[in-house]
Amino acid sequence: MATTPPEIRLATEIAAQFRHVPPEEAAHTIARHIHTFWDPRMRNRLKMQVAQAAGDCDALVADAASMVEVEPAELLGE
Amino acid sequence: MTLTNDRDLGTPAPPDGARPVTVEIDGLPVTVGEGTSVLRAAALAGVDIPKLCATDSLDAFGSCRLCLVEVDGRRGTPASCTTPVADGMKVRTQTPKLAKLREGVMELYISDHPLDCLTCPANGDCELQDMAGVVGLRQVRYGYQGENHLDLEKDTSNPYFDFDPTKCIACSRCVRACGDIQGTFALTIEGRGFGSTVSAGAAEAFIDSECVSCGACVQACPTSTLQEKAVVELGIPTRTVLTTCAYCGVGCSLRAELRGDELVRMVPDKAGGANEGHACVKGRFAFGYATHPDRILHPMIRESITDEWRVVDWDTAIAYTAQRMRAIQERHGMGAIGGISSSRTTNEEVYVVQKMVRAAFGNNNIDTCARVCHSPTGYGLRQTFGESAGTQDFRSVAKCDVVVVIGANPTDGHPVFASRMKRRLREGAKLVVIDPRRIDLVRSPHIAAEHHLRIRPGTNVAMVNALAHVVVAEGLVNREFVDARCEGFDDWAEFVARPEHSPEAAEAVTGVPAGQVRAVARLYATGGNAAIYYGLGVTEHSQGSTMVMGMANLAMATGNIGRDGVGVNPLRGQNNVQGSCDMGSFPHELPGYRHVADDAVRTVFETMWQRPLLSEPGLRIPNMFDAAIDGSFRGLYVQGEDIAQSDPNTSHVFAALASLELLVVQDLFINETAKFAHVFLPGTSFLEKDGTFTNAERRINRVRPVMASQTGKQEWEIPCEIATAMGYPMSYTDASQIMDEIASLTPTFTGVSFDKLNRLGSVQWPCNDDAPEGTPIMHVDEFVRGKGKFVVTTFVPTTERSTRRFPLILTTGRILSQYNVGAQTRRTPNVVWHEEDILEIHPHDAEVRGICDGDSVTLASRAGETTLHAKLSDRMPVGVVYTTFHYPQSGANVVTTDNSDWATNCPEYKVTAVQVALRRSAAAAPARHESAEPPIGVS
Repeated sequence: MATTPPEIRLATEIAAQFRHVPPEEAAHTIARHIHTFWDPRMRNRLKMQVAQAAGDCDALVADAASMVEVEPAELLGE
Repeated sequence: MTLTNDRDLGTPAPPDGARPVTVEIDGLPVTVGEGTSVLRAAALAGVDIPKLCATDSLDAFGSCRLCLVEVDGRRGTPASCTTPVADGMKVRTQTPKLAKLREGVMELYISDHPLDCLTCPANGDCELQDMAGVVGLRQVRYGYQGENHLDLEKDTSNPYFDFDPTKCIACSRCVRACGDIQGTFALTIEGRGFGSTVSAGAAEAFIDSECVSCGACVQACPTSTLQEKAVVELGIPTRTVLTTCAYCGVGCSLRAELRGDELVRMVPDKAGGANEGHACVKGRFAFGYATHPDRILHPMIRESITDEWRVVDWDTAIAYTAQRMRAIQERHGMGAIGGISSSRTTNEEVYVVQKMVRAAFGNNNIDTCARVCHSPTGYGLRQTFGESAGTQDFRSVAKCDVVVVIGANPTDGHPVFASRMKRRLREGAKLVVIDPRRIDLVRSPHIAAEHHLRIRPGTNVAMVNALAHVVVAEGLVNREFVDARCEGFDDWAEFVARPEHSPEAAEAVTGVPAGQVRAVARLYATGGNAAIYYGLGVTEHSQGSTMVMGMANLAMATGNIGRDGVGVNPLRGQNNVQGSCDMGSFPHELPGYRHVADDAVRTVFETMWQRPLLSEPGLRIPNMFDAAIDGSFRGLYVQGEDIAQSDPNTSHVFAALASLELLVVQDLFINETAKFAHVFLPGTSFLEKDGTFTNAERRINRVRPVMASQTGKQEWEIPCEIATAMGYPMSYTDASQIMDEIASLTPTFTGVSFDKLNRLGSVQWPCNDDAPEGTPIMHVDEFVRGKGKFVVTTFVPTTERSTRRFPLILTTGRILSQYNVGAQTRRTPNVVWHEEDILEIHPHDAEVRGICDGDSVTLASRAGETTLHAKLSDRMPVGVVYTTFHYPQSGANVVTTDNSDWATNCPEYKVTAVQVALRRSAAAAPARHESAEPPIGVS
């Protein structure tokens, strides 16, 4: 069975959908999706898991996770 | 036969818009549409002409010779059912000549009919009996000495109805109902002349024939030849309650016919917008679970799931639930508890559950079983069209020229809609099926799919991109529609036009020959009105949401949106999937699909509910399981869903449920989930409910109580009482008051009320000031979001791949006679058609494994292993196996994984890499997957 932490796995699956757009835009879109649909504890866990994974984490996921700190209201509207 | 007092007008109405024609019936003028039969015109004029073979649900047949009339200026006595009206026609329905002819006809009928009327089950509900009276039959001059049919054997093989050929008058109503209404063509008239008899299949017993037990023949029978066993046993019903079926998302209107307080039978309502007088084996017959002895009717509690249940009164159970929920929150935080609502409950029941969670629990940890079926529909259609719902009404299929069925099996999953679809296909509409499995629709009586794209599981998005590629590359785009009504087209068109999306390139991925894909794309784009109907074969993938958006793109690019006969149409699995989503069951959305972070929306709810609401999304069901295992989620209320059986990766679900400090299950039965529960709150069946269901076409239908609540409570009262016991008072006088609150808070429901539903029968939302009687077809002039939005749909293959260890792909589905996890249908005689879940495997895959038909086999994936019996079938392509999940013992979800749709977390039930092997101890009974046993020592 997969041992990837759930939030990293979910975020990586989201990231896979947006590899066709420029990375910065993709990261922003992923972060916005996460803010729209994820419970705050999942977002916190994602940030923690990304930090723990260090360089092993998908770059797009790491970029998106860094944006998850932004207040949700600023990211909504998709 | 049916108790209902709907007047049978004898023949169907002419097409809408028929030219008016005025005729005179027995001196009474009547104006009707051109093409109307004299029989119908007479009925509309208030003149009932005797008839037996005619009924207004079937085309005229003209066989019984009872509806004869005389027409001024014409010779003879034509049958009024097959004679169309003509301007100025003068018809006489009662003359001495006609009376004599009719009496002679009736005398012949009765001479070969058992004269046991007083003890016949249909006594008082028999058209033959009625007509004998109407024509004034007083004697039968012919005895029984001659040749007759009175010694024919009764067929009692069907669990729900008997066939007594001695009472048959060979009117062919049953045969025509089976063909014209149901579209199965299982019945026929065997023999000729006096030897004509109704036969199921090739002179088989009904149970062995192709009959799907929809009951249309029973309803059509004018005598007691085809008769419900319940009527034989209980007698003719005496009263009727109009309600709505609780099975699939078609949401058929049914008349519950009772004798006293005992439910005798269900009869589909002719005026039902969803079903127009038809039903299936589940809706019509499989209601016995409501009174099954397995039902739990009293609340029960226990400290630990290893304890015995203790029956308590309602007050104790509610107080226990509230106290333990609050205790969890005190120890672990407000977000440590949550709830799951059910698509098998009414809108009003769902609404109060989500309100309990948001206002009393104080968080947004509310989700619904739509998570595991159509959540990608909500996401995908919202993104592209602006509304999380299908675009059409069911009637729309009658205007369709090209029907594209993707990842759905309507004849099993949505049989009543399938019958409507099949009727249109028999009229000449073209059919395309995109599915790995050869579903019945691909080839059935009088229907053959123009194309069956036998796609590899998990490659839907590659397929839809290839179809779009052809539309763009071959100049088949409806530029007028796109330019006027859509945005984002250029980016999307550039994307799909890339060579890697061509059918030739996609062939290696999908396994479908490029030429076929090109032909289908051309047909869809240029074949007239083209509609997509889809099911869980679209949504239950890691790219379910992407595929929904891909289909929406295709519909927009070809202009197949916003009118009759077109659209993107989800076939919802459960009866109230649409409604449970509408009612705010998703953790990020309040009722009406409005995000919890929207301050203005939240303020409206906070004002009404008098409680501050969180602006952050809560946990979805799979997230709840993960959070339960990591310890941040400790208490769960589950209404009407058996997550232990229905959700994927059973061992993960079991571990999550076993981790909970408090699991509250509100259901009819001790299901698999309840085995992990600390509180069991008995729910009510649809026969006890008062409220509304919303079907797949957004049709809000009334559910009316047929019998008193068996538990002493309405189901919506229970969340209200839990909330109140937790310090947030919630109370309503009745279900209509809940709907009034929903309407006051939800823009698409502002015009909905029980009064209006009682008056109109049903309405399709949006129902508001702009559309006071509802909206059958959406996005007519503009999309709900303004411009339809093209979304780039990148194909990202699932990570679930076949390997050397797991070389086959498992996909799952359902069967006609069973429903979902089987909690209802397994407790009915429907089990005679499906006693267990079986594994369909291609003969080639079976042969290389040494597997023969009926062998016991193990089915293993990286998630788990179970045991099933194999059925060799070339319905599945080589390399793909298939099973259903109606029985907990078969444990189909033991092997499914926790892969899910990237956007919504909808599980990827449709793609699991597996291995199948012959069980060495095959002679023994299959060990099966052990259904949920409480883990030892978990409290």
